[in-house]
Amino acid sequence: MILDLIPSTLRMTIPLGFAALGGIYSERSGIINIALEGMMLIGAYGYVVGAQASGSAWIGLSVGIGLGVVIALLHAIATITFHAEQIVTGIAINILALGITEYLIPTTDRVPGLPELELPFIGSYSVLVYLLPVLMVTSHILLFKTPWGLRLRAAGESTEALKTLSLSRAKWQYFGVLLSGVFAATGGCFLTSEVHYFTEGISAGRGYVALAAVIFGKWHPLYGVAACFLFGFASSLELANQWQIPDQLIKSFPHILTMVVLAGFVGRSRPPAALGKMES
Amino acid sequence: MNIRQSFITFFNSLILQIRQLIRNLLPPLLAICGFFLLCGIVLILRSQNPWEFYTTIFISGFSSFDEVGSVLFNATPLIFTGLAVAVGYKGGLFNIGCEGQLYVAAFAATWIGMHLSLPSVLLVPLCIGTAMITGAFWGAVPGYLKAKFGAHEVINTIMMNFIAFALTNFLVTSVYREPNQMIPQTSQIHDAAHLPRLAGILTFLPQSNLLNASFLLACACVISCYIFLKYTRWGYELRLVGNAPEVAEYGGINPRAVTVWVMALSGAIAGLAGVADVMGYRYRFLDGFSSGWGFTGIAVALLGRNHPFGVFAAALLFGLLNKVALDIELILEVPRGLFLAGQGLLIIGLVCMEGISKRNNG
Repeated sequence: MILDLIPSTLRMTIPLGFAALGGIYSERSGIINIALEGMMLIGAYGYVVGAQASGSAWIGLSVGIGLGVVIALLHAIATITFHAEQIVTGIAINILALGITEYLIPTTDRVPGLPELELPFIGSYSVLVYLLPVLMVTSHILLFKTPWGLRLRAAGESTEALKTLSLSRAKWQYFGVLLSGVFAATGGCFLTSEVHYFTEGISAGRGYVALAAVIFGKWHPLYGVAACFLFGFASSLELANQWQIPDQLIKSFPHILTMVVLAGFVGRSRPPAALGKMES
Repeated sequence: MNIRQSFITFFNSLILQIRQLIRNLLPPLLAICGFFLLCGIVLILRSQNPWEFYTTIFISGFSSFDEVGSVLFNATPLIFTGLAVAVGYKGGLFNIGCEGQLYVAAFAATWIGMHLSLPSVLLVPLCIGTAMITGAFWGAVPGYLKAKFGAHEVINTIMMNFIAFALTNFLVTSVYREPNQMIPQTSQIHDAAHLPRLAGILTFLPQSNLLNASFLLACACVISCYIFLKYTRWGYELRLVGNAPEVAEYGGINPRAVTVWVMALSGAIAGLAGVADVMGYRYRFLDGFSSGWGFTGIAVALLGRNHPFGVFAAALLFGLLNKVALDIELILEVPRGLFLAGQGLLIIGLVCMEGISKRNNG
């Protein structure tokens, strides 16, 4: 029974996990990222466009990530260089991504999926499934064990800290936001590589669930991906629902849990101190 | 001499006010011009005639009373959601939860409208009141969580959106679905709960025109919000907490209490957008009826500079865009995604201009 849930849990977890890692990079550097949803959507779209034009899944992945970076760059320029309101910009990016993908909708021909690797007993999965744990651990080491990560986090904890070391806060924030574009778009690519075609709004709120996982996981790569796994497991229960629980309740599980965590009932989740703040 | 001096003072203050007005109006106007320019460029890239695009917008939006009525009809829910966001913003709060608030409110109005048979004079206010209270509750929860635990209202309103979608989806598919219907919608509300179409009174509108009394409600709401914000004690408290919470606290205002009621008020106004759809147009609850009004409300408030009259004007513009999108799609074969993408860029442009001016001034 539990073994049957593994494939669907993984399929739900992977896109969330990538987007959540992206969210962590951006928010750790101090930039609120509500645009994860749009970045995933544009990544999913780019994958299909690239794979369709070239017939190669790898080119699809590159185009998806490329578009994710472009849209992340837009978020970065607006929020970091022009000090635009970060939440509004994020929402605008989501609207923009929805508009672009609706305007230039690709044909519904099947596109190739990413290559799969065989795992004993539980089946074969897309390479991205194996990549996520690697990136999770790498991100943890990068953020918490290297000077590079220390600086990125310093950008998110204080508006002045990097300045006193005569380092540019903006540069590190650009890093964070662009990385979030790479990761979130990869998550989006996974979505379309699994179903082999693009449908309008295929991200379906997953970016927001990933954001919830970032908060639930206390802005920490290991906990964040673990939260995604929990959410992914919960939504796979929806498919194997034997207890007549309304699907809608299961679907709301991540959202309710996030509110509970934010209220501090299950361990306080503290955001980076200078999240959303710009020096004036 | 005295007269001359007072004249000069008056003249100077007039110039100052005009300058202020221009400073306030310039960014939105620039953003709108940029938007239409961008649409034109896209049309040229599609090797179509951009002029045709502009004339289609004009014809589809203004060529008859019928068209104008439809524009106003399309603008109605956006006036409510725009006002809701603006009121929250003035109080220093970001209500991204309008979409969820309008769904639960719409369902509440439908429930009352379906289950109670009362004369119109009682039923209509009862439906509207229930909807507002439901919307207020949905807004007040994130407000309370912010006041009590310091949880950011943006995240919580987003989460409450998803919970509202799930809740109303559950109610409409599993409990109150119209019998023998595939479409996820409830049965119709009683006739007594309908808001009348304005075509009955305004004879120059054709009978098929959808413009209804919810538009008048929206106008009343704009004026009430203006008076409320500018001339009442509560409006003053709201603005003070929005601008300088520390000052407000020093002045004896409890910012936490204000946070809760501002979110409730914002949710109540957002709920009226649901009322407009249920009682003025569809006469039932249809799952997923709103085409992102809650999110467009953010753009409307931003473009209207969070001023009730500005919000009204911005809502008319977006109502026009929503109305003409269909015609543009039919006549010029331009997908409506163009407007959506343009909307996103318009918002980004606006917040960038705001960010720059804030950085330069402060």
